[in-house]
Amino acid sequence: MTIAEAAPRLAKGRLKSEKLTEDCLSKIEELNAKLNAFITVTAEDALAAARQADKDIAAGRYRGPLHGIPVSLKDLLDQKGLPTTAGSSVRKDHVADTDAVVTARLRDAGAVFVGKTNLHEFAFGTTSEDSAFGPVRNPKDPTRSPGGSSGGSAVAIATGMSLGTVGTDTGGSIRIPAAACGIVGLKPEWGQLSASGVVPLSRQLDHVGPLAASVTDAWIQYNAMLPGELRVGADLEPTPVKGLRLGMMSGYLFDRIDADVERVTVAAIESLRKAGATITEVALPHATDMPAIYLHLVFGDAAEYHARTLVSRPQDYTPNVRLRLEMARYVLAEDYIRALRGKAIITREIDRALDGVDALVLPSLSIPAPPIGAATMPVKGGPDPVRTLMLRCTQPFNLSGHPAISLPSGTTPAGLPIGLQLAGHKGKTPALVQAALAVERLLATA
Amino acid sequence: MAKADAEQRGLPELIPALEGLAQATERLRAADWNDDADKETPFDSAQGKPKQ
Repeated sequence: MTIAEAAPRLAKGRLKSEKLTEDCLSKIEELNAKLNAFITVTAEDALAAARQADKDIAAGRYRGPLHGIPVSLKDLLDQKGLPTTAGSSVRKDHVADTDAVVTARLRDAGAVFVGKTNLHEFAFGTTSEDSAFGPVRNPKDPTRSPGGSSGGSAVAIATGMSLGTVGTDTGGSIRIPAAACGIVGLKPEWGQLSASGVVPLSRQLDHVGPLAASVTDAWIQYNAMLPGELRVGADLEPTPVKGLRLGMMSGYLFDRIDADVERVTVAAIESLRKAGATITEVALPHATDMPAIYLHLVFGDAAEYHARTLVSRPQDYTPNVRLRLEMARYVLAEDYIRALRGKAIITREIDRALDGVDALVLPSLSIPAPPIGAATMPVKGGPDPVRTLMLRCTQPFNLSGHPAISLPSGTTPAGLPIGLQLAGHKGKTPALVQAALAVERLLATA
Repeated sequence: MAKADAEQRGLPELIPALEGLAQATERLRAADWNDDADKETPFDSAQGKPKQ
């Protein structure tokens, strides 16, 4: 059941939050030992909150479409009274003394928190396999990664362990697991959703956003997490596909991708064209420089945040994350500044690519979910490192801060999900989501 | 220098990773926006650098 389906039934008393929450907790009980999506499950608190929601709704105090909805949080976000582990033993003694800003907003909207989800340690990876709590597994094939770093959140939605969830995205960590698990992930424009109370990876690239079973569900959560004055209502109408102007990213962002991803993406774009969308090819002249720009920014920022604990308790990091953080300490200030200049250039080029179109369209993830432990994956032109492949299509919009959304577009012959990504103009996240809603409806009928 | 430092700190497993970082740094330094250090970039504009 989606949030959009449950909300009107809850509002009318035809469905009880307690029942909905029990169903999610049952799914967690049934599947978590196998998939490892949750680090902390707050069953008793969740059921108490659900009963209270039912009472409030029955008394006429309905707060809106998240009231009584079971929601999980990536364990990088503070929830008052609970540990925020960041998937690491480094933070094993931490207990949040207050809610993160977005947690508080969801709480105000009536969300029922069922637990904290597993992730790649400190969000510093794309597969969710390096966690002090063990690897998260893809529900479509548990030998494969669910993507990351918000892997547990994506699995929670894909399996019905929660109806809503919140993740973070520094290089693609909402959109990558959304694509790998066959769900929707929205990275709003940078700075729109507060990152206060969220463990940082790179403060200038970190984005907070929802993962959900549908575009509408992502919108409902996003809207509730906005500051009150920016909320525009939970109802959303799709942009007509006829007349939609899309810029199809070419070159680096489309060259080295898996054959099934290419086939499904091209077919989706062709469906849009047939339905009346205008497709033009666009490219970013400095696209090949993006991995180097991204690496130096994330490394510089992560090295600063982890400097003390990397010295005082290095053994508490997982080996791969510790290695990358140690490597990060060798980034020179001059190269960090070069990367900042590069970030500005990429931002300008994406603005230019968007000139004259409503959104950019490209794959979300250049490969299907990789096997857990894989270092490289075969793509056209030979094997590439998994990390590079997974970040390739998403990191441009972390560097630039433009809003971007991933939605399911098909599967491989083996049934692994593939995601389509749309990126929109700054200041127009609602318009992007409206376009995504239209694409979602079209692809559902294609 | 970084490799020697890693060895001195007892982290030999870091050395292959540092080679990857060195390649990325080489790529960053070779980017064409470094060709003219005086040329204004959007980054400069964002910092409010006065136009000459």
